[in-house]
Amino acid sequence: MLNSSIGRKLIMALSGAFLIIFLTQHLLINLTSLIPDNGKLFNIISHFMGNNPVVQFVLQPILIAGVIIHFTMGMYLEVLNQRTRQVSYIVYSGKSGASWASRNMIISGLVILAFLIMHFYDFWVPEMVYKYVEFNPLDENRYFHELQEKFYKGGVVKVIMYCVSFILLGLHLSHGFSSSLQSMGINKGPIKLITVLFSVLVPLGFIIIAIFHYTTTNIH
Amino acid sequence: MKLNLKIWRQKNNKSKGMIHDYVLDGVEEDMSFLEMLDYLNNKLLNEGKEPVAFDHDCREGICGSCSLFINGVAHGPEKGTTTCQLHMRKFKDGETVYVEPFRAKAFPVIKDLIVDRSSFDRIQQAGAYISVNTSGNTQDANSIPIPKQNADEAFNAATCIGCGACVASCKNSSAMLFTSAKVSQFSLLPQGQVERESRVLNMVNQMDLEGFGACTNTGACEAQCPKGISVKNIARMNREYIMANVKK
Repeated sequence: MLNSSIGRKLIMALSGAFLIIFLTQHLLINLTSLIPDNGKLFNIISHFMGNNPVVQFVLQPILIAGVIIHFTMGMYLEVLNQRTRQVSYIVYSGKSGASWASRNMIISGLVILAFLIMHFYDFWVPEMVYKYVEFNPLDENRYFHELQEKFYKGGVVKVIMYCVSFILLGLHLSHGFSSSLQSMGINKGPIKLITVLFSVLVPLGFIIIAIFHYTTTNIH
Repeated sequence: MKLNLKIWRQKNNKSKGMIHDYVLDGVEEDMSFLEMLDYLNNKLLNEGKEPVAFDHDCREGICGSCSLFINGVAHGPEKGTTTCQLHMRKFKDGETVYVEPFRAKAFPVIKDLIVDRSSFDRIQQAGAYISVNTSGNTQDANSIPIPKQNADEAFNAATCIGCGACVASCKNSSAMLFTSAKVSQFSLLPQGQVERESRVLNMVNQMDLEGFGACTNTGACEAQCPKGISVKNIARMNREYIMANVKK
């Protein structure tokens, strides 16, 4: 089954749905950094996520596998689909009935991948070095200040890079959310409305967080 | 009206085709697009040139034979219409009109604008039928109660004429809309239940063997389908396929 065209799309859909769930919890946790408690709640949750063995050694590898599967299968499907039309149309109105986002998932996907590499370099790699290379002592209060520092030191260029990536993420989600459900055989109810809301609100939330920490840290 | 036609000419499947330019004067707005091509071919024959080969049969919008890609859109600019029901009043005097065959690896060009769509026949042969012994005691179909919604959805799926516009318009040359319509029209009705699982498995397998691409849910197929077949049929086929594999 998984070697059929529908099976491959099912793999894309399931890995995409898993990443959507991860993205939602990531946003919810990050939103706690906007609460004016000097990062207290954000630090508590971040410390739990960063040190709980189930999160670290079960969920984190699954997440990384999910990203790799989604990216690899996406590229593989793109290559296979490119081979299905040997002679191109001279005039092709691809936009007829199909959104830009739906026709260019590979472009938005590659931008998101580039962002993920930058994001891993910014947060995940230093975290791994801090804990498992340098074996620094546990500090439950460092996360909020590290978050502020990243955006402050990164400057306006980094904030713009993050915001542009989030816009592309929104476009990717604007097709990917409903498309994953369609590939799983679900096409009932207000899917379009939920897709639009999710693809606007989630990236907007991340953009607000990035701009908030850049501007507020700058002021202090 | 006068048209600048740019038509794909290709001698056969082996040769390399190219666009030929034709300036056609005297086109009437009440002509169908195929009648306009007939008019062009008469002119070419009178000039001792080879006419343009194109597919056509019923010219009533129900057989699915006509298969032209006109100005970048399957069956041309009028929504929900086959090429034979497209009229020249939809074009402007002096307009440049590109006419190409439906393009897909699974639809090889035979000559000019005619493509081989027998891959669709093979998909149908793989399972789009019901094996019933008509022994003389067959129940009257009208006596079998069917929910209205199921009957309507099955009928809507059955209006697919198998023209291939879905494949032609899809950026991946996917045949999912066609195959899903054929799967849906049977899976929704009691008569189609006996072969429900084997049907979807065999048809999807044949679809993949023919070299069609995977569906990326862009919706171009539904938008350019002359019969307005819904992509909800694709979701249904995905469900049917997943469930059939689970039960296997």
